[in-house]
Amino acid sequence: MNHSILLAGFGGQGVLFAGKFIAYIGMLSGCEVSWLPSYGPEMRGGTANCGVIISETPVGSPIVLSPDLLLAMNLPSYDKFEPAARPGAKIFVDTSLVSRGPARADVETFGLSATKTAEELGLAANIIMTGKLIKETGLCTLDTAKAAMEKTVPPRKKALFDKNIQALQLGMNS
Amino acid sequence: MEKVLMKGNEAIAEAAVMAGCKHFFGYPITPQNELAAYMSQRMPRVGGTYLQAESEIAAINMVIGAAAAGVRAMTSSSSPGIALKSEGLSYLAGCDLPAVLVNVQRAGPGLGGIQPSQADYFMAVKGGGHGDFHTVVFAPNSIQEMVDYTFAAFDIAEKYRVTVMLLTDGILGQMMEPVALIAPETKAPAEKPWAVTGTKGARPKNIVNSLYLSPELLEKVNIARFERYDEIKRNETRCELYKTDDAEICVVAYGAASRISRNAVEMARAKGIRAGLIRPITLWPFPSDAILEAADRVKAFTVVEMSMGQMIQDVELAARCKKPVNLCFRTGGMVPSPEEVLKSIEEVLR
Amino acid sequence: MKTVFQRPNALTDMPTSYCPGCTHGIIHRLVAETLDELELTGRTVGIAPVGCAVLAYNFFACDMVQSAHGRAPAVATGVKRANPDNIVFTYQGDGDLAAIGTAETVHAAARGENITIIFVNNAIYGMTGGQMAPTTMPGQVTQTSPYGRDTTTAGFPVHVCEMLASLQGTAYCERVAVDSVPNIRKAKAAIKKAFQNQVDGKGFSLVEVLSTCPTNWGLTPVKALDWLRDNMMPYYPLGVYKDRSAEEL
Repeated sequence: MNHSILLAGFGGQGVLFAGKFIAYIGMLSGCEVSWLPSYGPEMRGGTANCGVIISETPVGSPIVLSPDLLLAMNLPSYDKFEPAARPGAKIFVDTSLVSRGPARADVETFGLSATKTAEELGLAANIIMTGKLIKETGLCTLDTAKAAMEKTVPPRKKALFDKNIQALQLGMNS
Repeated sequence: MEKVLMKGNEAIAEAAVMAGCKHFFGYPITPQNELAAYMSQRMPRVGGTYLQAESEIAAINMVIGAAAAGVRAMTSSSSPGIALKSEGLSYLAGCDLPAVLVNVQRAGPGLGGIQPSQADYFMAVKGGGHGDFHTVVFAPNSIQEMVDYTFAAFDIAEKYRVTVMLLTDGILGQMMEPVALIAPETKAPAEKPWAVTGTKGARPKNIVNSLYLSPELLEKVNIARFERYDEIKRNETRCELYKTDDAEICVVAYGAASRISRNAVEMARAKGIRAGLIRPITLWPFPSDAILEAADRVKAFTVVEMSMGQMIQDVELAARCKKPVNLCFRTGGMVPSPEEVLKSIEEVLR
Repeated sequence: MKTVFQRPNALTDMPTSYCPGCTHGIIHRLVAETLDELELTGRTVGIAPVGCAVLAYNFFACDMVQSAHGRAPAVATGVKRANPDNIVFTYQGDGDLAAIGTAETVHAAARGENITIIFVNNAIYGMTGGQMAPTTMPGQVTQTSPYGRDTTTAGFPVHVCEMLASLQGTAYCERVAVDSVPNIRKAKAAIKKAFQNQVDGKGFSLVEVLSTCPTNWGLTPVKALDWLRDNMMPYYPLGVYKDRSAEEL
């Protein structure tokens, strides 16, 4: 399994968390992984992104310049990174916050109204979107995803873990 | 040992705690903040001291005090903060105190920017304070190495009574990779008979001091210290050679730039170019022998740096004009892409 | 034969490097007597400054660290945090403590570091040859204020005790002088209290000692004492500026 994944959205939408979760999926699948966030004055309300590399060989540069998987949680992120995606890339867009359709025909775009659903059900949109990504890429089984979530969420936050699994399954079934 | 995903900044902090460092003195600066934050959480739980100092200068002087008192102590900062600490680095050297210092480099000069950079090579390797002295500089290129060389840093610091710097950057500080936290058995001497812990009336007084008003004496002291540096050169110089055996061109890069360069080497090989990578792991002492040896075999060197070119001077010195040495750089917080490095390799061979 | 006067055990037998008539020697002796009387020498670590007292590490019989200019309180903090059972003191002049080391001084006090600071104020940079100090008084002539300190260009002196008294972290600060026998007795009592405070865990204690610099003031030792009395003591009033040492911990 080899992937260069970029996750982007507003600060506070949990793209860094989703990236760490995906990195753990890669790790538990026996691959080499890296996770690199944008950093700086990009706090809550600003844009945030992280690049995750899953590779069968040691990871060289951890910087994701042209992703084969892109998760865009808002319009600025979609506008910024859609052009960077590789031809044939799979792009996942939260259509609750992104009004426009795809600008490229050489990529596969999946839309999901994750934020709206998440608000209705009290779940996390980032995990719903990640569930969708797992489904469409066959990244891993539900069991592996659960094991990765166990590593991503501290044990003392059991309630959060349960909600995240619920969100994950929702995404994987949509 | 089960691996965990950890940020470089946090991995260094945890390794330091595991290495028995119970005294951390710091001052906030991006992009090293996670290190200090981790220490502020961890130290009270292991009976240690986390102290947020009033300045980087105060922080390194607190390290001096703690080191003089015989405990493992460290501080961390990023480029402008390290510049402030140079006074302390010189005093640490002059007092022959063991200490560990982390620089998570950002771009300069001045306030510069907060994005990753390697523009503190000169400051770390050539300068970093007044007077005749060296700081041992490790340049890890993975989170695992950040852990491993944190353990090594404390041991080497105590074995030779020197300051060891971990020279990292915003990429390595911020990124996460799987890491195994395993503390090796320490090789440092068990006793510190020179430490100021109070005589308890049981021994002559100890003085930790860097003042020598007699030039004859200071010359002797400095020469003796450099004999110790020679020993460090012999025992502790480290570098990684990657596909250099048959290389017609050698890329030389450290830290984050070496990871990008490794990608470029693979890309070059895929195109039939016999490229290799020499990765200095210690920047001081510099692995000059590896460069010199390669100079007889390769057509040229390409040095890849996230600066206007600093390490290239040491590569040129080591190559003794035997082969051309070229530079591939980005600066100001920009990071070269593997494609840019590949292009540079191809241009050099053309 | 009965011994009526001798060198305190906490001083080494090394001749000091101070100028004739300089009152550093008296202050050293008061610190050393205190270490003897409180039986602290064996557990004490002293921090020497940069300035005239730079060689203090040779004169006190306890473990010593020589620090960078102004950084003694930071170094003391490191020593004390490493081994809280040690008694840690700094011995600093006015340039060291109140100019280049102001931040270290103020923040050690603000943190309430359980250390003792002996602050020797003679209103001039001694070791470097008599330049204007942060405590040089308005109108005072020095090498770098040859027309007298002009407050319109050189600003005003720092009143250290007054400043530190405003900080919650300061447990005790007092200004004393060593110009006369009665005042030397008071200075001794203050220094002893500053060390006892540390033993009792009371926190940051500082004693400011008004001292002479006959060499750089250009006066004989006796005239220098008069000058201290006539000029410094009115400008830097003696007394206790803060004292929380009686409070229960």
